[in-house]
Amino acid sequence: MPYLLTINGQSHEIDVEGDMPLLWVVREQLNLTGTKFGCGMAQCGACTVQIDGVATRTCVLTVADSVGKNIVTIEGLQSPQALAIQNAWVELQVPQCGYCQSGQVVSATTLLEQNSNPSDADIDAAMSGNICRCGTYPRIKAGIKMAAAQFYNAAGAA
Amino acid sequence: MNINRFLKSSAGHQAVDNSRRSFLKVTAGTSAGLMLGVSFNGSALAQSAATDAALELNAFVSITPDNVVKVLIKHLEMGQGVYTGLATCIAEEMDASWSQVECEHAPANTAKYANLLMGQQGTGGSTAIANSFMQMRQAGAAARSMLVSAAAAQWQVPASEITVSDGILTHGVRSATFGELAIAAAQQPTPNAGSLTLKTPAEFKLIGQENTLRKDVGKHNGTAIYTQDVKLPGMLTAVVAHSPRFGGKVKSFDAGAALARQGVRQVFEIDSGIAVLATDYWSATKGRELLSIEWDDSAAETRGTADILQQYRGLVDTAGAVAETHGNAEQTLAQSADVTELVFEYPYLAHAQMEPMNCVAQVNGTSAEMWYGCQSASGDQAAIAQLLGTGIEHVKINTVFAGGGFGRRANPVSDYVLEAVRIARQVQGTPVKLVWSREDDMQAGYYRPAYVHKLSASQDADGKPAAIQIRVAGQSIMAGTSLGAMMISNGIDITSVEGLSDMSYDIPERQVELHSPEVGIPVQWWRSVGHTHTAFSKEVFIDALARKAGVDPVVYRLELLKNNPRETAVLKLAAEKAGWGTTQLPAGWGRGVAVHTSFGSTVAEIVDVSVQGNNFKVERVVAAIDCGIAVNPNIVRAQVESAIAYGLSAALADEVTLTAGNVDQTNFHTYRVLRMNAMPSVETHIVPSTNAPSGVGEPGTPPIAPAVANALAAVTGRTFTRLPLKLA
Repeated sequence: MPYLLTINGQSHEIDVEGDMPLLWVVREQLNLTGTKFGCGMAQCGACTVQIDGVATRTCVLTVADSVGKNIVTIEGLQSPQALAIQNAWVELQVPQCGYCQSGQVVSATTLLEQNSNPSDADIDAAMSGNICRCGTYPRIKAGIKMAAAQFYNAAGAA
Repeated sequence: MNINRFLKSSAGHQAVDNSRRSFLKVTAGTSAGLMLGVSFNGSALAQSAATDAALELNAFVSITPDNVVKVLIKHLEMGQGVYTGLATCIAEEMDASWSQVECEHAPANTAKYANLLMGQQGTGGSTAIANSFMQMRQAGAAARSMLVSAAAAQWQVPASEITVSDGILTHGVRSATFGELAIAAAQQPTPNAGSLTLKTPAEFKLIGQENTLRKDVGKHNGTAIYTQDVKLPGMLTAVVAHSPRFGGKVKSFDAGAALARQGVRQVFEIDSGIAVLATDYWSATKGRELLSIEWDDSAAETRGTADILQQYRGLVDTAGAVAETHGNAEQTLAQSADVTELVFEYPYLAHAQMEPMNCVAQVNGTSAEMWYGCQSASGDQAAIAQLLGTGIEHVKINTVFAGGGFGRRANPVSDYVLEAVRIARQVQGTPVKLVWSREDDMQAGYYRPAYVHKLSASQDADGKPAAIQIRVAGQSIMAGTSLGAMMISNGIDITSVEGLSDMSYDIPERQVELHSPEVGIPVQWWRSVGHTHTAFSKEVFIDALARKAGVDPVVYRLELLKNNPRETAVLKLAAEKAGWGTTQLPAGWGRGVAVHTSFGSTVAEIVDVSVQGNNFKVERVVAAIDCGIAVNPNIVRAQVESAIAYGLSAALADEVTLTAGNVDQTNFHTYRVLRMNAMPSVETHIVPSTNAPSGVGEPGTPPIAPAVANALAAVTGRTFTRLPLKLA
């Protein structure tokens, strides 16, 4: 049956089985291939998108459960925090193989949208669900801090 | 403007024959091992087949009229930075602006794009920069020379008076961009290699600098394309049900329920199992769940890893094939009253790269076109051609970014590649994307082999090792592969003992022996190959001997490295930067060291750990590396960080076990890998050097596990001889 999804601000009517994970709808029906398949059981975070502002693993979220939600994939990230994260990723040359990085960027953006001055422990807590086998973790952490500095300082906090 | 038409009508040249453009000549040796001459035969006026509007100056460099320098990269970009590194060498000698450089993967073409250290096109062994440093610089210098000649002819001035900087050619008041001269440059005769003058290191503007942002772009915003993202008209997605045991075969199967499922198009048997083809991945994988298969395990490996390790423990008590001998270590040890003996054990390891294996193939009769992260272009191309009974010229490989590799994608028998071709040839003309799930990937084998080592040593009156005997037991990676003839001699697979048979420590009597039992578990190289285990035994054992001698572990090593200035310098640099012996650690913390040379480079790592009860955390790693000239210091640091993370994952958690022939691990909840919360801070120091570049992708991995084990020993007083490391 058709499902009406709101993805990156656009409505899509998708006619698939209700138990199909959102990941495959996004990747194969809508050709938004930035969101990656890594494990299929919410262990690695490569498939992370924002659902109503929350970083969510789409490999285990069914299309039926995605109806009525505000879905934002890596292609649709637009917030100032997302831009700051992506700029920091380029400047610090965070990605190596890059396969996990869409998920990393979505998770990091979500963290920053909720917490403009995350501590090391906050970053560990928010990012440990995203595996990077290239081990870019130190640069991810530095990238989040670089991006955060914009908002933290802009807010005039001490 | 249609450049192709312009070229044909104005110059009348036909496409240049491939054979005339194979121009590599290996000439006299230097400290780099190879000095590469480039001779460009025939006209460089190129067909612009690869890049529509680009004018080809040589096999690596094209320029578009809109001023883009296109660089073809002969190695697979899998995160290690080859796009950036190779392009840096070209742009340096071209005097191109870094911002005008774009990269793409070269096609499979051994004659043009061989790895000069391998003799075939392929990426591995940390050789990407080492084999191409001079070749890429010469290609850049040749392109520059053609641009200068074109400008000289156009402006009617001597070439020697033209300067080039940042992608602009200048003479007096006249100047032109590369793009403006592209067409004219492509018509210039190709320069002789001997006429090219390369820069001295003092003249480098890009090599060794920090101002070169990576060229493998689109990874921060999801636009970079991997195999998983390739989509072709009419393409089907395939999954395969593999035998649960290695060596198992299909006895019978029932595809009825699978074929009845929505989206499933075909189900058939191939060599490696039952293939399910569907319109999409979800349908294929749900269809696979509906298969009913009976397996024939008569030729399968049915042992578990406990049985296999037990066998290896017995083997290291017996004499093996001699890999290296000096003096009579066995006799000296037999006569010694005090021998230190340690037995080390290493598990099988999966590569667990983030992108599970996959491959897109389209077969039309005896020709094939492929799209994937191809790491062994020559090997895969030959294997596909052989399977299809055709020539390699009928196998076209389009290489895309790989989501990690760590050795896995360079499979010596092209396992996943041939699986894709075997499926695609059953549906002639239809492109097929073979996708492995994480479970498929984790359980498909080609692991780093399990090993048992036994090390025995005696010490002289000063506590220095007098004699050492080392026995290694574990599967040969090279046996049965096309590389076996080169890598195995007299029963010794050099990759099983590398790092031990050629250790840098000055020990008067030494013997290294090897057992290579045959086991039915597929094995393969894994980031840093034999050094993944040999460095651990060597460095933990040396630490144990230092403790027994009552000597500081750094001081003890330096004493044994007196004849090795390179390892001495790297170790001293790491020790100094880490504050070895000068900074106080908090209570419950320990500091450990390891130094190891692999792939031509030396890395020392000093690790701080904190211990609380039976738990520990690696807090900080200080690394020093000597890799010759660091073409891109930022990427060198990134690779050392990466190599440490990868090795640390194995030190802390990675382990594949089998029970009765079945792999126990399925996904990241059972094969636990390093996550952000366990990652230490890493600080990397590069030894300044003017030597030719050597390996960078792998040499950072071997020292990390022994450095952590030695740090734990410093806290606990215990010696750790098993990976992954556990306090209890």
